Amino acid sequence: MAELTYRQAVAAALAQEMARDDRVVLLGEDVASGGVFKTTGGLAERFGADRVRNTPISEQVIAGAALGAAMAGLRPVAEIMFADFYATCWDQVANEIAKVRYMTGGQVSLPLVLRGANGSGGLGFGSQHGQSVENWAMTVPGLKIASPAGPAEAFGLLAAAIRDDDPVVVFEHKALYGRKEEIGDGEQVVPLGQARTVRAGRDVTLVGLSITVGTCLAAAQELAAEGIEAEVIDLRTLVPLDAATVLASVARTGRLVVVEENPGQLGWGASIAAIAAQEAFGSLVAPVTRVSGGNVPLPVAASLEAEVDVSVPRVVAATSGLLGASRPLSTSQQKG
Amino acid sequence: MGVPDDLELFTQMCFLRHFEERADSLYRQGLIHGPVHLGLGHEAVAVGAASVLRPDDYSLGTYRGHAHALARGAPADAVLAELLGREGGICQGKGGSMHITSVEHGYYGSYAIVGAHLPIACGLAWAAQIRRTDQVTVCFFGDGATNIGAFHEAVNLAAVWRLPVVFVCENNWYMEYTPIGEVIPVALPAADRAAAYGLDRIVVDGNDVAAVRQVVGDAVRAARDGQGPSLVEAQTYRLKGHSAADGGAYRPAEEVARWRERDPLLRTRAVLAAAGTAPDKLDEIDARIKSDLAELARLILTRPAPDPAGAWTDVWSDGSWQWRN
Repeated sequence: MAELTYRQAVAAALAQEMARDDRVVLLGEDVASGGVFKTTGGLAERFGADRVRNTPISEQVIAGAALGAAMAGLRPVAEIMFADFYATCWDQVANEIAKVRYMTGGQVSLPLVLRGANGSGGLGFGSQHGQSVENWAMTVPGLKIASPAGPAEAFGLLAAAIRDDDPVVVFEHKALYGRKEEIGDGEQVVPLGQARTVRAGRDVTLVGLSITVGTCLAAAQELAAEGIEAEVIDLRTLVPLDAATVLASVARTGRLVVVEENPGQLGWGASIAAIAAQEAFGSLVAPVTRVSGGNVPLPVAASLEAEVDVSVPRVVAATSGLLGASRPLSTSQQKG
Repeated sequence: MGVPDDLELFTQMCFLRHFEERADSLYRQGLIHGPVHLGLGHEAVAVGAASVLRPDDYSLGTYRGHAHALARGAPADAVLAELLGREGGICQGKGGSMHITSVEHGYYGSYAIVGAHLPIACGLAWAAQIRRTDQVTVCFFGDGATNIGAFHEAVNLAAVWRLPVVFVCENNWYMEYTPIGEVIPVALPAADRAAAYGLDRIVVDGNDVAAVRQVVGDAVRAARDGQGPSLVEAQTYRLKGHSAADGGAYRPAEEVARWRERDPLLRTRAVLAAAGTAPDKLDEIDARIKSDLAELARLILTRPAPDPAGAWTDVWSDGSWQWRN
């Protein structure tokens, strides 16, 4: 066992996979210098300049070169320093990487990873460096999406993403990079597409991803003091989506609150809510509720940022309100 | 790989010419679903460049890419079936005219977002560099692509990393319907930008297959020898419009006539005639290819459309499409 920070877990996952498979190569701005968020420290020294390459500030060629190298049989990991910068290379991500396998009738596979720092988390990065943009990726068929909530997930999901034969966008959370956790010895891999129940509870299901898993857990603690037992699910990946775990939980609790950091207008929570509305309708005793980032560009001043970011009080308020608004449980649900 | 003689180059260009003419005709009959961009007049670039590549080299092209795929050896029946939306299409009906790809023949795709494939070419070349395989990547694009950011990002990275890639600009003087001269502040779209990346200014007559062979051949050799990338501007002309739906009426008639005199097939005919090849022999080749392609189209049109179930395959590497359980 060793205690690792989230950023150390990212570097450890990269090292684990580079040692295991010499097709794994890294490229991105400053990655050979350890990275702006210190997630690639020591890798250039250990694996050599051929496999860890600094690039110019040229996101289109970073993403495009990852695609080309993947077609040629390498397993590139490209760092897009801030997830906001996907907007500068969205053609490569959404038009090329997501589609080339399909458009060619399966002539190529694209075992590549795009990774970098996503999200607000109250750090004052503002509208162009602090957005949470998982929802951008989720609009495009052909991309897998992982978003780790802590060091163990950061380690295991990144390792699984690198081993996956399809393109995976890994949204790390910049506000979690300093978070510490004990990581077990030996190889760490967390399969894509398996949600994790972080806390069991009978009254309501809280679904989070990345930083909002912690928000949900803190809210669950407060709700417990009010006598409400919340189940907390960490989705871990949006694609593949483990809807079954969410639906099974909702079948027990009858209530669902989805907590996402990206703006609510077509945020990923809308997909979860729609699935629950359609496939768990008979179990629901209250409206499906969403707590989302504000539908405004992200402001910088701490008071403004806190106003629009997802927070524990907002999750507690939404959940408490939901229990007040619930219709009576049916007999079968009371039993369950 | 043997050195092709002029007759072989003529035959290949003739094949591309008739393939595109046939595609044009099929489009006009309403038999092609979606847009088609013809490489009529560009044949010497595709054939000349392909003739200096090894089978394991990589090449990529644009939505005007039929010729580049065929020149690398992609089977004409599979390409035509893709255009016609019939069974046996080279991309299983999922790519169509604009995305013809034949990885088996080293042709890593036709890309329909202008300039998008220059960064991708860098990645293929990077893989060859890391593995020290001495494979070369050749990337074809139009004059219009030199104004998009991806062009500059890719040429810069290739130069900085000394990647084994040859960028070949097919300058046909029109960015869709707009003369390229109206939208660049220099005389030549690619050649006059080369110096910004520390590259030589290379211009070649793109309607002269021997000249293309020479110039692209030199660039490919340099890339293979570890001397880094080249940017080649091959000057050519579309014999028809931007797409098969475009009559090209914005081009002055005298300009079109002038370029018709420089038709790459006519020029290779002249070279062959000067060397003693009888015109009848060339006419015979021309007529045979034309009738073979007409027959091929007729046969493909008897095939059924792809099974609709095929729409649900090949999103993921395991063949499936599902995004959730």
